[in-house]
Amino acid sequence: MSTELTESQELQSTEINKYDFKTETTAVFKARKGVDAEIVNQISDIKNEPDWMRQFRLEALKIFESKPMPEWGGDIDLDFQDIFYYLKPTTEQGKSWDDVPEEIKDTFEKLGIPEAERKYLAGVKAQFESEVIYGSLKKDLSDQGVLFTDTDTAVREHPELLREYFGKIIPSTDNKFAALNSAVWSGGSFIYVPPGVNIEFPLQAYFRINEENMGQFERTLIIVDEGAQVHYVEGCTAPMYTSESLHSAVVEVVVKKNARCRYTTIQNWANNIYNLVTKRAFAYQDATMEWVDGNLGSKLTMKYPAVYMMEPGARGEILSIAFSSKGQHQDAGAKLVHCAPDTTGTIISKSISKNGGRSSYRGLAKVEKGAVNSKCSVVCDALILDDASRSDTYPYIEINEQDVSMGHEASVSRIGEEQLFYLMSRGLSEAEASTMIVNGFIEPLVKELPMEYAVEMNRLIQLQMEGSVG
Amino acid sequence: MSDVLKIVDLHVSIGDKEILRGVNLSMTEGETHALMGPNGSGKSTLGLAIMGHPNYNCTKGEILLNGENILELEPNERARAGIFMAFQRPVAIPGVKMADFLRHATTNVRNPDRKEGEDLIPMREFRKEIKANMEQLQMDSEFARRYVNDGFSGGEMKRAEILQLAMLQPKFAILDETDSGLDADAVRLASQSINEIGHNKMGLLIITHHDKLLEHNPPNFTHVILGGRIVETGGKELAEELHAEGYDRIRKQYPEAAKVNDESESEAEVVV
Repeated sequence: MSTELTESQELQSTEINKYDFKTETTAVFKARKGVDAEIVNQISDIKNEPDWMRQFRLEALKIFESKPMPEWGGDIDLDFQDIFYYLKPTTEQGKSWDDVPEEIKDTFEKLGIPEAERKYLAGVKAQFESEVIYGSLKKDLSDQGVLFTDTDTAVREHPELLREYFGKIIPSTDNKFAALNSAVWSGGSFIYVPPGVNIEFPLQAYFRINEENMGQFERTLIIVDEGAQVHYVEGCTAPMYTSESLHSAVVEVVVKKNARCRYTTIQNWANNIYNLVTKRAFAYQDATMEWVDGNLGSKLTMKYPAVYMMEPGARGEILSIAFSSKGQHQDAGAKLVHCAPDTTGTIISKSISKNGGRSSYRGLAKVEKGAVNSKCSVVCDALILDDASRSDTYPYIEINEQDVSMGHEASVSRIGEEQLFYLMSRGLSEAEASTMIVNGFIEPLVKELPMEYAVEMNRLIQLQMEGSVG
Repeated sequence: MSDVLKIVDLHVSIGDKEILRGVNLSMTEGETHALMGPNGSGKSTLGLAIMGHPNYNCTKGEILLNGENILELEPNERARAGIFMAFQRPVAIPGVKMADFLRHATTNVRNPDRKEGEDLIPMREFRKEIKANMEQLQMDSEFARRYVNDGFSGGEMKRAEILQLAMLQPKFAILDETDSGLDADAVRLASQSINEIGHNKMGLLIITHHDKLLEHNPPNFTHVILGGRIVETGGKELAEELHAEGYDRIRKQYPEAAKVNDESESEAEVVV
């Protein structure tokens, strides 16, 4: 083994050190490896689901089996039959952290979740493998009719509300991985914010994969009723194994008239996780949907949060940050679809590639016929830190209407020698200067985050940057 | 003992093109030196070579700070050793706030042994100091929250460079046309500020085309650079002569250096 390889392995282990620990647990139930009708039925049995959901799953399985793998994006080298699709870690979801098994509670303590909950969150869901093992919501919010449960509970307790939207924003036929999720989904968040309710502090979900060869398929549905507001944040981590795991979520969001939803993701999966996620929001009249999507971890991420602007005055804003290092491919981007007049969409994408990492921006800006007077602006900037790294841009633009405004700007830059020299001439070390330039590069996005998440994001960037200068 | 910056037979190339062809110059702390010369003569190159720009390759000679050769030092090590250059056209660093940048810079220069990640100077102390300096430079307090040189006007850029000079308090400072592109009032303010911050304290190497800056900071020595060499050194009357009459006499008196200068002037001088 060459010295270089050893060094880079060391580097990798320090980068994800905080998250790279495995918890010894005893599962309550673990399905055998592989996916087929038997496994799907087993999941449905364990969850004691109504028949419509079982049929929905079985239908989706057929779609999954019939759909080819996507021919674009990254290389997916996955054996679908070598993955565990369902693992139930505990018998019941805790309402207090004391109800959660000690070793799983420890896991989330190490990740800082209970502390964050005490300090600044309005509610928390913590998912470990396939199930949400802890959930909370501030009492004043539940008193106002806010629902924040795991999606399985919503199937049982709020079936009518759920059924109205479930699988309607992202049908199982949308893509192969949406179909797979629809067949084997488990966990995820269900949120309903009643008309006019403004949730001041964020609701947070934290997703943790612990086992090797595990598949996590959470399913999230957020409904923000007229004039209501919510900020939902998700974080994701896993320990590092030699073989790959799969995370394939489906997230559906409905933002009704005059409502506002912000969905923030800080994804820091271990570098052996395939992260293939479908996220889409429908925004109605004068509603605003914002995706803030930070992708730092995973082996391959393919994720393009979308906003469909369904009625006049709807707004969609997507901020995307991708950071890829050695052995990583971030194929990230965004989709804006203008379906009505006077709609406004913005995509700002910032990607950073270092140590041989590859970042791609893949985005769609589409204006449907009749969506007159809509405005759409796309800006994507890429920063490449060394010669071994790569950045690509795949912008797709479809305009089927005359009277619209569409702007697209893209830039790729190497970390500027003149910028480095300038900072170093003021006494900053090369590493300090590089980190400062990278943090500056993503500052327009980080400043959109609540303070605690901005600090976390800067810290993650710092970790990614460590040792990047030789 | 006074600090001394000594440049001995310095040859500097960019790529395979030699720009400086044996420069000798010695400065002692508290002295002000004017460096004058026509376009393409190598003024900025000398400054950038002293600061350690990676594209400026020193092929021969030495730069000695108190007897120690600093040629092998990185720019950040030179900064921590007490060298500073105010750039003619400083580069923008989008997203990096002036205050954040300057707090790192000030900490490092004051604690030359500081490692990355170690404590910065206390916020309260730093704020107080930067505020006082900004007031002196008639800068709005909002300025500290702006991104480094990003969208700055010419005048703001120059003032930001002088602010850094004030915060970092180097032993030797090279001021590369810190008065260019400014209106009369701004030139006066810049000149006075430099005088208050550095004159008779630091060693100043002032590159300028104007007389205002030197009026407020009268040079002890004036050096004329032509074709990559210092061809003449005098007192402040030499600067006055060049301001009044230009370089005709110098060109006639040093025809070989003038020829070299004309050749290199046809290619644009590389400046930061």
